[in-house]
Amino acid sequence: MSAHCHLAACFPDADTTTVWTGPVARPPIAFSSFDHLARTAERGLFDFLLLAEGPRPRAHRGRIHDRDAAGRPEPLTVLHALAAVTEHLGLAATADAAFHEPFELARKLATLDHLSEGRAAWHVVTSAGAGTGENFRRGDYLDRADRYPRAAEFVATARRLWDSWTPGGAARPFAHQGRHFDIAGEFTVPRPPQGHPVVIQAGGSAQARECAAATADVVLAPHGTPEAGRALYADIKGRLAKYGRTAADLRIMPGVTVVLGDTAAEAQERAATIRRQLVTPQRAVLTLERLWGVDLSAYDPDGPLPDFDPVADPRDRARHGEAVATAGKLRALSREKGLSLRQTVIETSARQSFIGTPDAVAAELARSVREEAADGFVLLPQLMPDGLDEFVDRVVPLLQERGVFRTAYEGRTLRSHLGLPGPARDGRTTRSPLSPRT
Amino acid sequence: MTSSHGRGPLHLAAAIDRPGVFDAGPYLELARLAERGGLDFVTLDDTFARPGPDASAVLSRVAPATHRVGLVPTLTTTHTEPFHVQATVATLDWVSRGRAGWRIDVSTTEGEARLFGRRHSAPSDALWREASEVADVAARLWDSWEDGAAVREVPTGRSLDAGKLHHVDFTGADFSVRGPSHLPRPPQGHPVRVVDATEGPARSTAARHADVALVRAASPAQVRTVRDLLRADAARAGRDPNSLLVLVSLLIDLGDGEHAADPGHGGGGPRQTAQGPLYRGGPVDLADLIASWYKDGTADGFHLVPVEPRRDLERLVNGTVALLQHRGLFRTFYPGSTLREHLGLGRPANRYAGGAA
Repeated sequence: MSAHCHLAACFPDADTTTVWTGPVARPPIAFSSFDHLARTAERGLFDFLLLAEGPRPRAHRGRIHDRDAAGRPEPLTVLHALAAVTEHLGLAATADAAFHEPFELARKLATLDHLSEGRAAWHVVTSAGAGTGENFRRGDYLDRADRYPRAAEFVATARRLWDSWTPGGAARPFAHQGRHFDIAGEFTVPRPPQGHPVVIQAGGSAQARECAAATADVVLAPHGTPEAGRALYADIKGRLAKYGRTAADLRIMPGVTVVLGDTAAEAQERAATIRRQLVTPQRAVLTLERLWGVDLSAYDPDGPLPDFDPVADPRDRARHGEAVATAGKLRALSREKGLSLRQTVIETSARQSFIGTPDAVAAELARSVREEAADGFVLLPQLMPDGLDEFVDRVVPLLQERGVFRTAYEGRTLRSHLGLPGPARDGRTTRSPLSPRT
Repeated sequence: MTSSHGRGPLHLAAAIDRPGVFDAGPYLELARLAERGGLDFVTLDDTFARPGPDASAVLSRVAPATHRVGLVPTLTTTHTEPFHVQATVATLDWVSRGRAGWRIDVSTTEGEARLFGRRHSAPSDALWREASEVADVAARLWDSWEDGAAVREVPTGRSLDAGKLHHVDFTGADFSVRGPSHLPRPPQGHPVRVVDATEGPARSTAARHADVALVRAASPAQVRTVRDLLRADAARAGRDPNSLLVLVSLLIDLGDGEHAADPGHGGGGPRQTAQGPLYRGGPVDLADLIASWYKDGTADGFHLVPVEPRRDLERLVNGTVALLQHRGLFRTFYPGSTLREHLGLGRPANRYAGGAA
């Protein structure tokens, strides 16, 4: 197993994790914001940049959240533009398996892999829940139980399309008939330079971990305590064997936030300031409204939490159980520590993953990788547009000094950055990360 | 620039299609060449029926490597989600800083339908009726964020003015979209919509929703016939007919640069071929043809499709365009920065602005 750390950056998709400090003249939607983050990530020799997809502005009880992210462009289109201003950086697009179709999305991803010369990745998500379909032809509500089967069939179908051309560069007919998709014809793009673009999936729940172990190249894991990280890491890697895969076939990368300071105390102070900026009084109430499912605007952010249980959404009973349990934990914490509504939200939702001096943070990151709690990290910059610069300037050199991070890009493709084998046409993998065309 | 016949300035566009090319370099080269010639825009065609990369993707790749030229990919409306179409075009407008267009087309074959497996193919007129609906809902979604809807109030954490976001609640024959879009109104308000209006079924979409109509025709009389129909339809749809530019779309083969146009082309004009109207001859004669059709009011300009992409675009820019510039008929630099500015089209008002939800 590689003792090397992999690094990625996520363009923040919601203002709940990010404080925009730049001038209003340069809004998050402006291409210059993406351009800057991509160039910074490449300067830091990162493996990839991940962009989120926003199928709709979030609404709650018919009202559009006025504290939600200020607009999300279509990620694949932005990544194509970023391919023009970067040379090595992997380009990962989030795309929802519920509201895309395999032929079209596989074609867009294959196009990205060709035009970027082997740097494409696909972060597979699958929406469920009321309202997600209101903008799309399928319109209907995707049952939660159908989410993973649809995603798995989608990924398998996409890979089949990517493999459909002959090595000589001629299209061959494909046909797929499954529960979610029934399609046939000829794909319009030759096999991508990486064989298959890198597939990224989340790995929180048991079902998500199983799905990721079966199909993903990279898992976005939740970040927790070192013990929890090691347990999750062992759990996911332990599931690989039954799919004929080894630990080297999958990279586990928790999503993390980092706050630096010249001293530990200064870092803590900065972290606390950012948390207060993120969780405004209004946002604290809104966060609880999402959980409780009712209007809580009459509640004082500096007062106590609601003393009743969250209200059930009749279309989503499984989720209601989780909401009641989470609300119970929040109330217990508030009572135990004497925290107000807002303080409770700050305490539970905005805590940064790594807080300290650059040296301390580099040591902790290296330890997580050494102790098999992670293969690397996806950084969520909290201060935009310049939040990644400080990490690249101050932490990356220390990781390099410790010998746990590359000092130059060694290959051209994202698979080579990640040390992932190239997929063979018959579904087996080959151990030749630098020549993934096989 | 003023023109001798009282209409707007001459507009020129070129296709940069490269069949069988899947890497960025050749597209970049052609787009830069077109930009050097001051062309209004380049088009890149797309279809699910033949090999080729995603056109909107290629032009997004081109966007940061160019600065002024308009970028007009084809996006088809038959199988792609209307919501995704508008988001892709709007995003291209953002990454190109206001240079995006959208060439609207439909997918007519059962083979294309089988690639998606969601619906069967349908007659052309039904597909174009749907294309009109997609164009309509796209414009509504672009308007669904009023300008200034994205705010940044640090003290309150407010990032949106929710009163400036609007549901579109659109219901078409075969789809519905609630909205709003997930990204702010594009820099141009509405990116430029281009429709090939040569065939009857597409004409109504062009008349109602296009900013630029392309007409493939070999004679001025044919162009005028289509143009008059389009203008009448546009007026009936409540539009100012002058807000619809008509460009003649011709294949060009400038391979015999030293010689005059093929004899028997009706005095050096284009002739009809199986692939469409083709001009074959030298760059100088092409400049004469463009000048003559433009001056007599046949069209607002030309969309030229090179038969041999690199050779013919180079001869077009260095020969034909240079001559038209020398004669004062075509711009020598870009006075504006957006595609709408190149075309002399204003930024459209937002239908939702002013408090109406």
